[in-house]
Amino acid sequence: MSVIVFVEHDAGIIKKKNFEAVQYASGIAQKIGTTVTTVILGTIADDELKKLGEYGAQKVLHVEDSRLDELHPRAYTSALIAAVEKEGAKIFIALNDINGRAVAPRVSVKLKAGLVAGALSYPDTDKGFVIKKAVYSGKAFAYVNITSDVKVIMLMPNTFPLAKTEGKAVIEKLAVNFGDKDFGIKIKEVSKVTGEIALADAPLVVSGGRGMKGPENWYLIENLAKELGAATACSRPVSDAGWRPHHEHVGQTGGTIRPDLYIAVGISGAIQHLAGVNGSKTIVVINRDPEAPFFKAANYGVVGDAMEVLPRLSEAVKKFKQHK
Amino acid sequence: MPPCVLCGKNIRNVHNVFTQYAELLKKESQMKILVCISQVPDTSTKVVLKDNNTTVESAGVTYIINPYDEWYGLIRAIELKESGIAGEIDLVTVGKATTEPVIRKALALGGDKAVRIDAESTDPYLTAAYIAGYAKSMNYDLILCGKESIDYNNGTVGSMIAGLLDIEYIGFATGIHIEGTTAIVKREIEGGEETDSCSLPLVISCQKGVAEARIPNMRGIMAARTRPLEVVSPAVIEPVTTILSYELPPAKAGVKLVDPADMDQLVDLLHSEAKVI
Repeated sequence: MSVIVFVEHDAGIIKKKNFEAVQYASGIAQKIGTTVTTVILGTIADDELKKLGEYGAQKVLHVEDSRLDELHPRAYTSALIAAVEKEGAKIFIALNDINGRAVAPRVSVKLKAGLVAGALSYPDTDKGFVIKKAVYSGKAFAYVNITSDVKVIMLMPNTFPLAKTEGKAVIEKLAVNFGDKDFGIKIKEVSKVTGEIALADAPLVVSGGRGMKGPENWYLIENLAKELGAATACSRPVSDAGWRPHHEHVGQTGGTIRPDLYIAVGISGAIQHLAGVNGSKTIVVINRDPEAPFFKAANYGVVGDAMEVLPRLSEAVKKFKQHK
Repeated sequence: MPPCVLCGKNIRNVHNVFTQYAELLKKESQMKILVCISQVPDTSTKVVLKDNNTTVESAGVTYIINPYDEWYGLIRAIELKESGIAGEIDLVTVGKATTEPVIRKALALGGDKAVRIDAESTDPYLTAAYIAGYAKSMNYDLILCGKESIDYNNGTVGSMIAGLLDIEYIGFATGIHIEGTTAIVKREIEGGEETDSCSLPLVISCQKGVAEARIPNMRGIMAARTRPLEVVSPAVIEPVTTILSYELPPAKAGVKLVDPADMDQLVDLLHSEAKVI
């Protein structure tokens, strides 16, 4: 009956957002009076797996098969379904991220389970099994009731703050028989952007728009990002013009991010851009035009020339870090 | 033109038979693509709630093809057809008759035929089950959809369709190439990119990078009028989620302006008030 949570890892390291999913599963398990079993796939050391206990897992099912070090949605689904069946689980939790989206929906159809993608709340069990999620790219929220017996929830990362406990988890190995068809995707090449902070999960992001006037001024954005330890992003016109790579584009047709801090420099704040960043906890807007619509969505605003404000802000951050 | 020495028929007719057969063979060897199309409110729509917050107001809303479906999935399918790799492109949508103008617009961009599954769905499982139910007997080589729809932001239908059809799925694609019966797909991974290869059939969810930008031309718009739009009754499937109500986000408290000359103050606010650094 336990709650199952799918935990990913990055080459043997479990990331913060995955602990968030375990803690979330633990909250639900306590509410309905059951335990949490995490399922983890591929090569990872037991010492790392033990950390899952600190966020509320009672049991870790480890499918130790090096073929699972790469994403194979079918094989992952087979392994996860095996775990769900072993535990007799009625609730399955994953993250609303790239791998979660490839796997959890597939698990849900196999289990004939209703799914909520991008959960922002714990389920309200008074009126059924009701979960809040963002719709219309953050312009509204929906309260979705899962009516099936088995339920799948994809938690939005960076939604609940983490708190460690003294808990301990038992680690068990789970053997899964994979079929020939489970590994139909062959990975030919992997290229990771090195030396930069990955944008998708970065807690702090500095982003530039057309107001930066040209790629030659981007060192100002990069300097501030370096001082803060932030990732860099940009608006659509900037990536379209080739000033910055496409993977940095955030907005309606680019990436969606939800950092703790989003600093937008020289971005007017069109509704399409806001759709990609309106989940940010704190928004700072730096723009020389006091009428820029982005100021309406911002927590802090600086009306001024980016070329002058950015070096000053970088300097102020540097000073702050030194005295901390 | 002399008659055929074997059958006595006019040789031109014999030649025609061969030409038709050759075309048929060519078509058989070309890929069949299904593109999933979702109708969504225009990106600039202001969301208005009604009926005690249980419904989103549709009056006065301009509807468009979901940008990820149009700009990436559909356009890539058209590019594959233009390069001779794909033969037939079918479009499918789940929606009531009010979605037809949007489907016609998709046909104007490209596509040989559209299918509208006559149902309304806010449940991703239901949507996926309708589409998979239609696609099951059609032997598509490639099923393309956008990485998510901009109304419900689930991004789960493609992966569900693959699960229901028991075929492979690659999400967040940034490039799609076909070599024979194999798809070479570039996709986003955390902090980078990966290139995968996979035998067809395959479901792919598309995002920026898979196709070049284009706009419908007048010829396409005229031609779309004569292309078939089939209406199919939905299979009887129970939804597994329902939306009980909606809520608008709380209004922002208002921006706190900081003197551009005093960035120490901004850092202080971010540290002590917002607690983000």
